[in-house]
Amino acid sequence: MTVTVTTTGPLSPEDAQANAPARDARKDAEGTYDVTVIGAGVVGTAIARELARHPLRTALIDAADDIGSGTSKANTAILHTGFDADPGSLEARLVREGRDLLAAYAAGTGIPVERVGALLVAWDEDQLAALPRLRAKAERNGYHASRILDAGELRSREPHLGPGALGALHVPDESIICPWTTPLAFATQAVRAGVHLHLNCRVRDIACDAGGHTLTTSRGPLRTRYLVNAAGLYADEIDRLLGHDVFTVTPRRGQLIVYDKLARDLVRHILLPVPGPAGKGVLVAPTVFGNVLLGPTAEELDDKTATGSTADGLHELREKGRRILPELLDEEVTAVYAGLRAATGQEDYRIQEYPAQRYVAVGGIRSTGLTASMAIGRHVMDLLAATGLETGEPRALPPLTMPNLGEAFPRPYRNAALIAEDPAYGTLVCHCEQVTLGEIRDALSATVPPHSLDGLRRRTRARGGRCQGFYCGAAVRALFEEARP
Amino acid sequence: MTRNAREADVLIVGGGPAGLAAGAELAAAGAGRVEILEREQEAGGIPRHCHHGGFGGRLTRSLYAWTSATRSPYAREGTDGPAYARRSVAAALDAGATLRTGVTVTGWDGPLTVETTGPAGLERITARAVVLATGARERPRSARMVPGTRPPGVYTTGELQQAVHLYGQRIGSRAVVVGDEPVGHAAAATLRAAGVHVVAMVTDRPSRTVRPRHRHTPLLTGATVTGLTGRTRLSGVSLRHEDGRTTTLRCDTVVLTGDFVPDHELARRGGLLLDPGTRGPAYDAAFRTSRPGVFAAGNLLHAVEHAEFAAQEGRAVAVPVLHRLAGTGEAPGGGPRLVVDAPLRWIAPNVTGPDGARPQGDRFVLRTARRLPRPLLVVSQDGRELHRQRLLSAAVPGRPFHLAADWADRVDPEGASVRISAY
Repeated sequence: MTVTVTTTGPLSPEDAQANAPARDARKDAEGTYDVTVIGAGVVGTAIARELARHPLRTALIDAADDIGSGTSKANTAILHTGFDADPGSLEARLVREGRDLLAAYAAGTGIPVERVGALLVAWDEDQLAALPRLRAKAERNGYHASRILDAGELRSREPHLGPGALGALHVPDESIICPWTTPLAFATQAVRAGVHLHLNCRVRDIACDAGGHTLTTSRGPLRTRYLVNAAGLYADEIDRLLGHDVFTVTPRRGQLIVYDKLARDLVRHILLPVPGPAGKGVLVAPTVFGNVLLGPTAEELDDKTATGSTADGLHELREKGRRILPELLDEEVTAVYAGLRAATGQEDYRIQEYPAQRYVAVGGIRSTGLTASMAIGRHVMDLLAATGLETGEPRALPPLTMPNLGEAFPRPYRNAALIAEDPAYGTLVCHCEQVTLGEIRDALSATVPPHSLDGLRRRTRARGGRCQGFYCGAAVRALFEEARP
Repeated sequence: MTRNAREADVLIVGGGPAGLAAGAELAAAGAGRVEILEREQEAGGIPRHCHHGGFGGRLTRSLYAWTSATRSPYAREGTDGPAYARRSVAAALDAGATLRTGVTVTGWDGPLTVETTGPAGLERITARAVVLATGARERPRSARMVPGTRPPGVYTTGELQQAVHLYGQRIGSRAVVVGDEPVGHAAAATLRAAGVHVVAMVTDRPSRTVRPRHRHTPLLTGATVTGLTGRTRLSGVSLRHEDGRTTTLRCDTVVLTGDFVPDHELARRGGLLLDPGTRGPAYDAAFRTSRPGVFAAGNLLHAVEHAEFAAQEGRAVAVPVLHRLAGTGEAPGGGPRLVVDAPLRWIAPNVTGPDGARPQGDRFVLRTARRLPRPLLVVSQDGRELHRQRLLSAAVPGRPFHLAADWADRVDPEGASVRISAY
């Protein structure tokens, strides 16, 4: 198996898809990828994984030094049912399909998922009156398990809820998922199957000719016959490089506060706001890491790099959080982050094929992108085939098992057999998150290794806990620098 | 899952100054098998990475943090942190305590039973008495809710000192230190030792209470950090001065110092009652927590006092632990709680009793949220005044001050909480 993950050097398909049958006989194709996916977020990696099933030379490129380091790393990490999607929309279909695909994939690969269910909590009469309408919408989306709870039932399910909750819509299948392991699993499988992952590779220009596209990137030229644009926040800019002007991505900032694990027992479900004219509410949700999330804000911005939190934003979150779950505010804050959602001003995904250009644009993938990712991958594959790509016969990818980051599943520090086999799994480095030397070592030598301490944190949780490195920061950095001089 | 079940007479969780001293004292007193569990690879706790003097020195002066400035006159007394840590380890071993490093207590499996993980496997250890000595840590940037981007280059003192003194890592070229307690000066000294230019120290305290400590480092008073900037690396720290002016200090490193909190996870997971002020386990003068047989010592109880104070508590906890082992201890606590009124932040110990027991040094230690010039401290219970005492100097945030304990025998054990107010 030849595995190619590069961060520097030329962008050539040598060795790509080593088992691609006799493609090298095609002289015109020398030095040219069959398909290139721009953007290695959860959507781009899912598309690349789908392409990896076919005998194609595929490149997956990203401007950052890691996969999943844009919107994919900073979201609310919910595996949606699609109960509240716009019925009949592409998004509704892909979320519904993607949910089942990802739930099955997660179970097979060890991506942590917890089916905690969601409660849309009504705090006033208007919101209470809106619940039957939301339930009817869920039915139209093919989701039949939702149920309206009265105040008493709600209170018994969530005893720590603030005063004044009048009722809720219960959506038992809404789940929480690990947002970091998911794109990493996609990318790992893709790379192991021969896809080239090129990082630090920012697209500056695109020239199209009869044979395909020449991408001018920060790492030099890249030739490809087909092109998929999964550039997230920058999808509109890539689209314009191909001569289209059909959508504009407006970054919508969401600031989130992550509370300490000792807050986890305060909440059992994902507590969602009831959408309405009173403005957007925030959610309180457990995470698979055992923390509690409060957020997000929703701020329309111009700056696609404005991933900073603000005093106003954090104040607003705390005020709203105080009403939902008063005791949460007494707990320590483990992390504060802000992510940018790729809003397009449209109510639906913007996935469009351009056969003449051998190009598929995947834009406007909003907060549901994580859930829909695998369905988007399949959909884009169909569009590429419709665009003229000879995809060849798909094959099954070798099975994959990801390191478990979830609290609800067995972790190495509690696994006697594993420790007996290798004492490194009994050597705790990050104490707050119980991350072992063995797990850190594995991540540093993995198929898609981290190139920063943040990347290592997203693969192991190391230094992601309440002390944020007070105890282990220097030790983790030493391990990282030793492995990646 | 295979867990090796074992037993000990006394199990001490944490091998810092308090835990090591407790182990040494108990082993020397013949308490049986005394086992100290330390999750780091080396025992010694915070002093391991405090390369400044002052450890184990004179205690009568206010040398209170685990870090005092290198330039402090008190720092010439005692020894440096690593030497102090080595000495504490040697004392525990010499006394016959068992010290196991790299072993982490991951949770409870009974009132006096803990689960551990170490390279040798998983264990379930049941003891006749447990001493929690898990210490304290500085609150990181996130817990302080400092807005802005999340670039590398943001440290606490603990991480900085380890990076410099234990690992020799490169830090940066220009640093801002937030906080001007002794720990902040220790951070600045560590930065200078690492060849980093300290651009400024920043404190939200008003200027009249603060004296500059280092002639090359400007001290910005009355200033709060409003945000961090930078993407691949920290580029600046934004400040707002109390008069409304704002500025941004250009730097690639910021150290957030002080603001200690007890590392209380194990105490909380065990269902121990916490004191709302200290956020550590509620405890009485015999270091008894709300659970019979579980004691606590050191900075888990009060974040933070200096290392030798913690060690003294470690030695002092031996007496009630020995009573417990001998079955001669008094029935556990349940005496009235001690509660403070704002602006006082906490008092320790914070439970009264047992009969006749006086807190360490015959006095309680307190903290305030704001400066109080020569405060009058009044102790009362059920509207009855037990004690009043005028302090001769100011009570300052981040620094200890004390309340005499000679009123303790006037507390009605059946009465309500004892209130401490400052005027």
